[in-house]
Amino acid sequence: MAVCIAVIAKENYPLYIRSVPSQSELKFHYTVHTSLDVVEEKISAVGKAMADQRELYLGLLYPTEDYKVYGYVTNSKVKFVIVVDSSNTSLRDNEIRSMFRKLHNSFTDVMCNPFYNPGDPIQSKAFDSMVSGMMVQAC
Amino acid sequence: MESLTLSDVEQKYYSDLFVYCDTDNTKKVASSGKVLDLFRAAQLPNEVVLQITELCGATRLGHFGRSQFYIALKLIAIAQSGLPLRVESLNSVKDLPLPRFVVSKSEQEARHANVYSDTENQGPYVGVIPRPPGRVQPKKVSAHEVIQPCMPTSESQPDTTSPVVSPHQSPPTSPHTWRKHKRQASGGNVDRQPAVAGAVWTPFREAQSGAVTGDGMWSAHSPPPPVQESWVSFTDTPPSSTLPTVHPSSAQQQESTTVRTLASAATTNEIQRQSSAYDDPWKITDEQRQYYINQFKTIQPDLTGLIAGSAAKEFFTKSKLPILELSHIWELSDFDKDGALTLDEFCAAFHLVVARKNGYDLPEKLPESLMPKLIDLDDSSGGPEPAPEVGYSTSPVEVTPNKSPSMPSLNQTWPELNQSNEQWETFSERSSSSQTLTQFDSNIAPADPDTAIVHPVPIRMTPSKIHMQEMELKRTASDHTHPTSPLMAKPPDLSEEGKLATSIKFPTNTVGDGYSSSDSFTSDQEPITSVVTRQRSHSGTSPEGLKAVAPPPPPPRPHPSHSRSSSLDMSRNFAPVPAAGQQQAGVVTYPPAVPPRPLPTQMSGPHSHRPADGEGLASHSSTSPQQIPEQPNFADFSQFQAFAVEHPADDGEKLSDGGQTEKCVDNAAAMRTVKNEAQADERAANVNSAKGSTPLAPPPKPVRRRLKSEDELKAEVDDIPQKSVLATQPSIPRSVGKDKKAIQASIRRNKETNTVLARLNSELQQQLKDLLEERISLEVQLEQLRPFSHL
Repeated sequence: MAVCIAVIAKENYPLYIRSVPSQSELKFHYTVHTSLDVVEEKISAVGKAMADQRELYLGLLYPTEDYKVYGYVTNSKVKFVIVVDSSNTSLRDNEIRSMFRKLHNSFTDVMCNPFYNPGDPIQSKAFDSMVSGMMVQAC
Repeated sequence: MESLTLSDVEQKYYSDLFVYCDTDNTKKVASSGKVLDLFRAAQLPNEVVLQITELCGATRLGHFGRSQFYIALKLIAIAQSGLPLRVESLNSVKDLPLPRFVVSKSEQEARHANVYSDTENQGPYVGVIPRPPGRVQPKKVSAHEVIQPCMPTSESQPDTTSPVVSPHQSPPTSPHTWRKHKRQASGGNVDRQPAVAGAVWTPFREAQSGAVTGDGMWSAHSPPPPVQESWVSFTDTPPSSTLPTVHPSSAQQQESTTVRTLASAATTNEIQRQSSAYDDPWKITDEQRQYYINQFKTIQPDLTGLIAGSAAKEFFTKSKLPILELSHIWELSDFDKDGALTLDEFCAAFHLVVARKNGYDLPEKLPESLMPKLIDLDDSSGGPEPAPEVGYSTSPVEVTPNKSPSMPSLNQTWPELNQSNEQWETFSERSSSSQTLTQFDSNIAPADPDTAIVHPVPIRMTPSKIHMQEMELKRTASDHTHPTSPLMAKPPDLSEEGKLATSIKFPTNTVGDGYSSSDSFTSDQEPITSVVTRQRSHSGTSPEGLKAVAPPPPPPRPHPSHSRSSSLDMSRNFAPVPAAGQQQAGVVTYPPAVPPRPLPTQMSGPHSHRPADGEGLASHSSTSPQQIPEQPNFADFSQFQAFAVEHPADDGEKLSDGGQTEKCVDNAAAMRTVKNEAQADERAANVNSAKGSTPLAPPPKPVRRRLKSEDELKAEVDDIPQKSVLATQPSIPRSVGKDKKAIQASIRRNKETNTVLARLNSELQQQLKDLLEERISLEVQLEQLRPFSHL
C-alpha cells in the first residue's frame, strides 16, 4: 500500500498528489519533488527504446529509512511516483509494477476524456477512487 | 426446519437478501452480523427479532443458512404484517407481503411502507421521481420499495400500470433477476438475485450516510439510480451483466408510463421522473432516446459509428455545464474508454447532462439503464463485451472500495485491465523478442551451414547473367571496379597478390569474386591489378596466371569422389568453355566456379595453397576433378574464400549474375565434394537449385556461401571442376535441364569474359614490355650521353 501517490507532468509540476492524510503531506510532497531528480537521471540513462515497458518502470528510486520511492515514466514523460512505507510488508516488485499499471491505465482514461486538458490537475473521480484503493488504508 | 414454500417473488427477494448478507460469499451462510442488521432494519422490536431468529433455527444452528434465512425473512414479513409469529404460519399465510427492511428512519420510510403496500403508487412517485441520486436515504428506501413492488409487479405483471412497468425499470436488476429467475428454475439462480439484492442493499447502507431529504419524494428515482449504481457496481457477476439487457428492454416497455418531452428540461425532468418512477430515474424513455438519436445524427450520421471526443466535447459544452461535471459525465458515459461515444454512450451522456441540468446530482457510477448494451447478457446479442465487462468490473471497484477498500476489490476490477496491461507488457516483450528475432534472422544463414551452403551457391548461379553484365560493365569501367563490393575491397589485396591477367572474368560472378580473390592469391605473380583479372587467374583462365597462379580453384572438392564432380561433366563443361576462351587455357574452361564464398578462415588457408592451386588449375584444366581433390586448392581457396566471404555479402547484393551463382554453386559443390559426397550432393542440389533459380536472391546466397564457405572455399578452388560438377549436378533430378542450361550458359559467359580479359591482359603485357624496352633504351642513351655531361 502506498502512502503517497503522485502524478507529475512532463514539465515537472504535479498533476495529482495524494497522500495518506495521517501523515504530514508536506513531507511527502518534498519527497516526491526530490525524487524527480532521480527520475530525470534514470530517464536520461535509458537511451534507446523508450517505449519498452521495462524502461517505463524505473524501479526503486531511492530508499529512506522510513519509506521507499518508486518511479515510473510514460512515453509522454509523465511521471508517476509512489511512496510506500518501508514498515509495510515489503511489496514485491511485481506488485509495484501492477500499481503503476493501474495508475497508467487510469491516467490514460483520464486523458481520453475530451474535457480534460492535458496539464490540468486531475480531478477525475474514477482516478481518485482508483488511487484511494491503492493507498494505505488508514483504518 | 419447517418446509418453506415461497412464491417466486419471495424466492427472488429472499435470494437477493441472502446474497446481500452473504458477505463471506459462501452462498450458504449469511453472516450473522449482517443478518441481524437486516432484521433490525425491519423495524421490528428486538424481541421479535430474537424470536424470529430462534424460530428459524439459527439459534440452534448458530448460523444463518439459506433456509434459516428464508424462514427468518418470512417471519419478518409475518411480523410486519402484524401476524403472530408462528412457525406454522410460514406456509399458511398467503399473500404475505414481502418483508420490509428500512435502514433509515424517516418519513420516507413510512412512505416507503406506504408505497410498498401500495403497489400502484406510481402516481406519488411520479412526482417524486427525479430524486437526485444525491439523496441517499430516500434512495435506499425507495430502492427498497422499488424492489418489493417490483417483485410483485413483475410477478403479477401488470396489475398496475405504471407500477408494473416501473418496477421493471427501476431496479433494473431486480426485475430482471426476477424475470430471469422466473425463467430459470425458481431458486435456481440464486446467485444472480443475491447479487442484485446485495447490490440493492449496498446503496442502502451507503445511503445511510446521506442526508435524508424529507421531501417525500423518495421517489423511486432516488433509489433507482443508486440502486442501479449499486447493482451495477455490485455486479461483476453475470447477473449484473444480464441486468442491463433486461433493463433496456424493460425501459422500453416502460415508455408507456411516461411521456417525456425532451424539448424542455423541465419536461424532461418530469418525464424522467415519471418514467423512472419506480424504476430508474435514469431510464431513458423512448422519446428521449429518439431525441438523443436525432442529436447523435447531427453529429454523426452513422448510427453505428462513433462520435469523436472533440465533437462530443463541443456538443456538450453547449449545455453550459461546468467542465468538471462534463468531464465526470464523460467518464461515466464513455464505457469503453476509447475517447469516442457510441450511440448508447452518447445517449447516456446526454441523459446525464439533462439530468444534471435539471438538478439531479451525477451518479458515481453509470446507472444501469444508461449502460451501453454491450454484453450479451441473456437474450440480446452482446456487442463489445469486453468493454462492458470491464466497465462492470470497474463499477464494482468504485463501489466496493467504499465498502471495503481493499486491494481485492481493485483486483477484481483490474483483472481485465491487468490482463490488458499484461497484454501491453507482453506486447512490449514481444516487441523486444521481435528484435531478437530479427537478430536471429541475421544469424540464420550461419546457423544452417549445410543448407546455407546449398542456397548461396544457387543464388550466385542465378544472378549470373545480371551479375555478369554488371561485372562486364564494371570491368569496362574500371578494372578495379569489381562488381561485388567484396571484390572491390579486395582489389587492393588482390592486386598485391598478383592478379592474374586472365581473370577479369566476371566480376559479377560472385563466384567470380571468389575466384578473383582466389585468383589474387594464386596469381600473385600476375601483374594484373584488376580484380577481374584476378578472378580470371583464379578461374585459371589467364594463361599466365593459370599456370603460375593456379588460381585457387575451387577447393579441391573431391570431385572425383563426388558423383557430381564426375569427370565427364567436367569435360563436358570444359569442352564448351575452352571453345569460348581457349586462350585462357583449359583452365578457363572452368568458369571460376569458385564462388566467392570467401571464408576468411579459408582464405588464409588457401593462400598458401595458391601455388598448389595453380598447379591444380593447370591440372584443372585438364580435368577439373583433379583440382577438386587437391588440397592446395583448399589453401588458395580459403584465401579466396576469405574474399568471397566479404564479397558474398556484397556480392549478394550485386549478384544477380547467375553465372556467379553458378560459380558459387560450383564452389559450393566443390567444397562439398571435398567434404564428402553428401555435401557434394547438396551442392549439386544447390547448384541445381541455383541454376534453376533466376538471378534472384543472390544476396542471401552469397552470405550463406560464406557461411558454408569454409568447406566451399576449398571446393571453390576447383571451381571449374566444380562447375562441371555442378553442370553435372543439374542433371541431377532436382532442376535437371533447367539448372543445367543455366549453369552452362553462365559457364559460357564466364568463359567468354575470361577470353576477353585474357586478351586484354596479353595486350597490356605486351605494352608493358614495349615500354620497358623503351625505357631500357632510353637509359642506355642516357648513359651514353652522361660522359658528355661531365664535360
